[in-house]
Amino acid sequence: MIKRGKPKKVLILGSGALQIGQAGEFDYSGSQAIKALKEDGITSVLINPNIATIQTSEDFADKVYFLPIQVDFVEKIIQKEEPDSILLQFGGQTALNVGVELYEKGILKKYNVKVLGTQVEAIQATEDRLIFGNKVTEIGLKIAISKTAKNPEEAVAAAEKIGFPVMVRIAYALGGLGSGIVNNKNELLEKATRAFSFTNQILIEESLYGWKEVEYEIVRDKFNNCITICSMENIDPMGIHTGDSVVIAPVQTLSASENFKLRSIGIKLIRHLEIIGECNIQYALDPNSDDYRIIEVNARLSRSSALASKATGYPLAFIATKLALGYALNEVVNIITQETSACFEPALDYVALKFPRWDLQKFRQVSTQLGSEMKSVGEVMSLGRSFEEVLQKAIRMLDIGMNGFVGNNIVFEDLDTELSKPTDKRIYAIADALREGYTIDRIYELTKITKWFLYKMQNIIEAEKKLKGKRLNDISVNLMREAKMNGFSDIQIGQLTDTSELEVRIYRKALDVIPVVKQIDTLAAEYPAQTNYLYLTYHGRENDIPLGQKNQIIVLGSGAYRIGSSVEFDWCCVNAVMTLNKLEYNTIMINCNPETVSTDYDICDKLYFEQLTFERVLDIYDKECPEGIIISMGGQIPNNLALKLHNAGINILGTSPLQIDNAEDRHKFSQILDRLEVDQPEWEELTSLKEAKEFARKVDYPVLIRPSYVLSGAAMSIVLSDDELEEYLRKASEISHDHPVVISKFITDGKEIEADAVAENGNLFCYAISEHVENAGVHSGDATIVLPPQRTYLETMRRIKIITKEIAKELNITGPFNIQFIAKDNEVKVIECNLRASRSFPFVSKVLKINFIEIATKLIMGEKIPKLDKSSFDVDYVGVKAPQFSFTRLKGSDPILGVEMASTGEVACLGDDFNEAFLKSFLSTGYRIPKRSIMLSTGTLKDKADFFNETKMLYEMGLKLYATKGSAKFLNEHGIKAEVLNWPLEDLEPNVMTYLNESKIDLVINIPKSHEKDELDNDYIIRRKAVDMNVNLITNIQVAKRFVKSLVRFRTEGLPVKSWDEYN
Amino acid sequence: MSNKINTAKLVLEDGSEFTGIAFGYNRNTNGEVVFNTGMVGYPETMTDPSYCGQILVCTFPLIGNYGVPGYERENGLLKYFESEEIHCRALIISDYSHNYSHWNAKRSLDDWMKEHKIPGVYGIDTRMLTRKLREKGTMLGKVVVNENEPIDFEDINKLDLAGQVSIKHPVEYSRSKKRIILVDCGTKNNIIQAFLKRDITVIRVPYNYDFSQEKVNGVLISNGPGDPKMCKTTIENTRKAMRSGIPILGVCLGSQIMALAAGADTYKLKYGHRGHNQPCNEMGTKRCYITSQNHGYAVNSETLPEDWREWFVNDNDGTNEGIIHISKPFFAAQFHPEASPGPDDTEFIFDMFLRALK
Repeated sequence: MIKRGKPKKVLILGSGALQIGQAGEFDYSGSQAIKALKEDGITSVLINPNIATIQTSEDFADKVYFLPIQVDFVEKIIQKEEPDSILLQFGGQTALNVGVELYEKGILKKYNVKVLGTQVEAIQATEDRLIFGNKVTEIGLKIAISKTAKNPEEAVAAAEKIGFPVMVRIAYALGGLGSGIVNNKNELLEKATRAFSFTNQILIEESLYGWKEVEYEIVRDKFNNCITICSMENIDPMGIHTGDSVVIAPVQTLSASENFKLRSIGIKLIRHLEIIGECNIQYALDPNSDDYRIIEVNARLSRSSALASKATGYPLAFIATKLALGYALNEVVNIITQETSACFEPALDYVALKFPRWDLQKFRQVSTQLGSEMKSVGEVMSLGRSFEEVLQKAIRMLDIGMNGFVGNNIVFEDLDTELSKPTDKRIYAIADALREGYTIDRIYELTKITKWFLYKMQNIIEAEKKLKGKRLNDISVNLMREAKMNGFSDIQIGQLTDTSELEVRIYRKALDVIPVVKQIDTLAAEYPAQTNYLYLTYHGRENDIPLGQKNQIIVLGSGAYRIGSSVEFDWCCVNAVMTLNKLEYNTIMINCNPETVSTDYDICDKLYFEQLTFERVLDIYDKECPEGIIISMGGQIPNNLALKLHNAGINILGTSPLQIDNAEDRHKFSQILDRLEVDQPEWEELTSLKEAKEFARKVDYPVLIRPSYVLSGAAMSIVLSDDELEEYLRKASEISHDHPVVISKFITDGKEIEADAVAENGNLFCYAISEHVENAGVHSGDATIVLPPQRTYLETMRRIKIITKEIAKELNITGPFNIQFIAKDNEVKVIECNLRASRSFPFVSKVLKINFIEIATKLIMGEKIPKLDKSSFDVDYVGVKAPQFSFTRLKGSDPILGVEMASTGEVACLGDDFNEAFLKSFLSTGYRIPKRSIMLSTGTLKDKADFFNETKMLYEMGLKLYATKGSAKFLNEHGIKAEVLNWPLEDLEPNVMTYLNESKIDLVINIPKSHEKDELDNDYIIRRKAVDMNVNLITNIQVAKRFVKSLVRFRTEGLPVKSWDEYN
Repeated sequence: MSNKINTAKLVLEDGSEFTGIAFGYNRNTNGEVVFNTGMVGYPETMTDPSYCGQILVCTFPLIGNYGVPGYERENGLLKYFESEEIHCRALIISDYSHNYSHWNAKRSLDDWMKEHKIPGVYGIDTRMLTRKLREKGTMLGKVVVNENEPIDFEDINKLDLAGQVSIKHPVEYSRSKKRIILVDCGTKNNIIQAFLKRDITVIRVPYNYDFSQEKVNGVLISNGPGDPKMCKTTIENTRKAMRSGIPILGVCLGSQIMALAAGADTYKLKYGHRGHNQPCNEMGTKRCYITSQNHGYAVNSETLPEDWREWFVNDNDGTNEGIIHISKPFFAAQFHPEASPGPDDTEFIFDMFLRALK
């Protein structure tokens, strides 16, 4: 064991807000790192503004800073905390980039901070494509032919030498940002110009489109022991970003010699690069020979390593930390088996399939095509013992309304195009093509997906054919088993036999076709293992472990991260489980998201890495006979299952599912509010355009419209006039008796307020009221939220508390709930109520330092807990939660806020006052303090006037102001000098586009004139350009005003650096 | 794909039965049931002579994915296989891929097994079977494809398995003047290839061949099937060679034979080591290698004579994985430095042997 030189205090850099390309996986890796440090008695200091993470919870790091992960903040913290070492591998690309910067600026040296694990020189060698290429070739390995370019002209020259098509890559890019294949000079020029706004160097490479893409996770210790933990094969060929590819572990279509050759190459390179800890290496493999190219090495924990860790059961992040501390691999115990060493390569006796989740329909104008830039926002992993089984399970896990590989209501107009130009729907196009009789060869030619996968997909189609049109009772045991082994759900079988899910279930159980429970033990049953990591399969005869222990409680997880549900619900689930553990229940977690902490090996007593579907939850319930299920922690998926499970006779703990239904059903909830004499915005459910118009005129435009059946485009919208209403209904939805639309009065200039609360048998136990910075009209998930409220009247607060109490009583709530209010002139109306934990629970819990979930869980379990002191809701500091958007990655999307949520993550910071907390949060989401110039186009005259004071402040700060014609005119008339820039479509210089292209603008404030508009107008072009050129953009007037106010305050003073525990 | 579904079963000596679907050749067979945890490499594994007499269970469920390669030869040896034959007597798996795809594949696993008259069973809960073998130890078993054809259990460890798989007459693979004797107790092709690649002439001799008169620079005792104690002549020949002081390298069974020749003892492991992920610590260092293994017997390190040391130890269960003489150039690895299939971490052992050659 190590004795000398062991660190005493380690600084860990987190990854910040979740965004496309960098999501929840870093909560997993950071949390494990902290645990590993703790086991060695090392003090940990964590910087991460992502307040919803587990790693920033009270029992993890010794000190937590909710601050931006930026060099100046990190330096101040180093100054203050004096750590002797730093870990850079656990916070994704963000941490790695900041680490490199700290090193290059000599800050680490100055404060004598040692980098643990892989050294910065090695990181640089993996990040700089040129150095990397040299490192690879100097030991005789192969990399794609690649040339660097420092400007667009060089790029063209390089491409012409290599020959089109070529791949454009950007150094230091997370998730392949800005990369892509270009087919000709024009495409190249366009991409290159955009790329040079982010970087001063790009790579032009030979295109490997159609090659297989495989990845290996490798760990190495300082004694040069080096092993591969997991191999993964992308089902989608090269050309589609790994993050957007369907991936299977272990590799399936490589022979042993290919497999071990790639393993040896990887180890050789990793030794040469002198990586210590964990890394991953990606290869392209020629489908027609054993030729290969090394694509890249990530010298850090990554999305793939989280996947590999969950796929194998090998705790990669934990082990990587130990190796960074100086342990040898064979000195660390395999935590899974507790019997064997960590120095071994897991043997799987199952397959794991990762499927990405996209939410592209949430964005206006965005292309659904997949390429080398990642677009997915989350992923699921399914486990099973055949490809057919894992594929169908994974698709169901996505929770996007698809029943599996088959049985989906989706029609393609042009299959060939769907197959050859991949979108997020390609897998279903393959199913269709197979059903329509496309040959495997043809599908291969169109998709370049290795035929083996296509053959397996065909097996599913064959099984579907056998089932189709059969009567349920005519299905034999063997056919039923075959269907199940091919991954068919009861719903799918029901569809094919024209019966209900429940009927299939009853019949199937009568045939004794039930799944078995198998363990993930890292070594294919070779040694006995005490693992609690489980999955269900139909490819087996016996359960691995005894089931049905006493005192078990199931907690349902939150599934794939998506827009609207991400790490915050995992925080809730993990806290519920930890509380149950403390209460000495045996906990069972069901979840299917490999990026989570809830699916870590040491969180619960049993982990079912399984589908969160009615069928699977019942399967597990049947086997485990738990005391009950908690469904209020994992967001909407478990919430939606509540009533169905209840009706199936399952004991749902906490608030009754009947009450959940009362809150979810508009009509029922509305009646309850009426009975309580609580206001709500006027609404009606309507079945014709005529009625819709009449209602809208009655309540006065604007109205908020949400169709119950969405054909395409955005689901919800604010409309201002009859014309817009007509247009909207024509385009976005079908209106009829079967598909009514809900229209409600939209209250302009209203303030949104949220109450997060916990009740016990209808009595309010604790609550937190927070307000939105943005006025109503911005989705609550995209809003900037302040706790405690800074601008809400006392009377409003009082009214909100009373309503919260009344609703809790009326719905007899036990557990967590959230109510959203709209307030205007002291009038308070209820918008909606969720009888479950909400997105903001971690935020309010951490700001108030009262763990709402722990309290909720205890109350659900009937524990008695002492009443909280009223003063505990009253804090002397302010917390601000700000949204993180990923518009940069979603090419073409309009970066504007609306009633549909668009943010992919969030941060929250604390401050001694509102402005401080606000500015810290915005800096944490990537805003920079403008130093030179600001571009203004401030919307309507009303908005221009509203923003006038702030404009003056900017002007007085000495910032150069540019403005579009109208805004400039307004400003000049009022004595503020602003230089006019012409609109993009005017094609006149000086043009805003030129200024953005030439990086002459630090910040764009663009307040749109109308709420919802789809046109590719001037405003859209400006917004999009700003995002593409990585220029900060603000589109909401309230946010703009607050941003300016906080700038004024902190421009000169600098922001104070305080840890979480210093706020009290 | 037009196969008619044909059930088949694996019967174990404890009476338990596992029913699945037949593939490969249609006949009954028997043998010792063992499991292998490798996730790839069925063509190499099945042609590894060490599996002679055994019914092979793959713990990895999806088998047959990349088909079976062609019969190209290199140095007179099959390029993609470890010997001329399939040596396991049957293959037991969970999910068979009826369709394969690989640029190098020439036939399906099913066709290849038919060609070599090897039966297989798929649709088996191989994890359940593995757990049983782990708990109760390796068992005798029989594969019944045809109920009308009688078949009994057979204890293969009482057979002279090495004799069955060894070549019958010496063969020389010429390279440089440096020559080694390869005592073929069931050698894998890749051991031969590894030395040819290093420009060493290999004289491959039958397992019971008296090589004391041969003029060579070193002796390599190969891997092979069964109980090392059955190889009495080989042990005796090895003892003689040790007296002469010529460099000797043992691989797998060869390691056990060297231990027996040196006066140590061997024993049967409960369920053996078969897979590609066995961690072996090099004694006195912090180095740990991932090795490819296939053995059911092991050297009892406590019985090693004084001038022998344990060289490698299994990091999982502490069993012996290699022995080395303190002064003479005698050393042996229980694992397979030649890999194929498996990791090549320990190929350096061949280079050590090369340096020792006189």
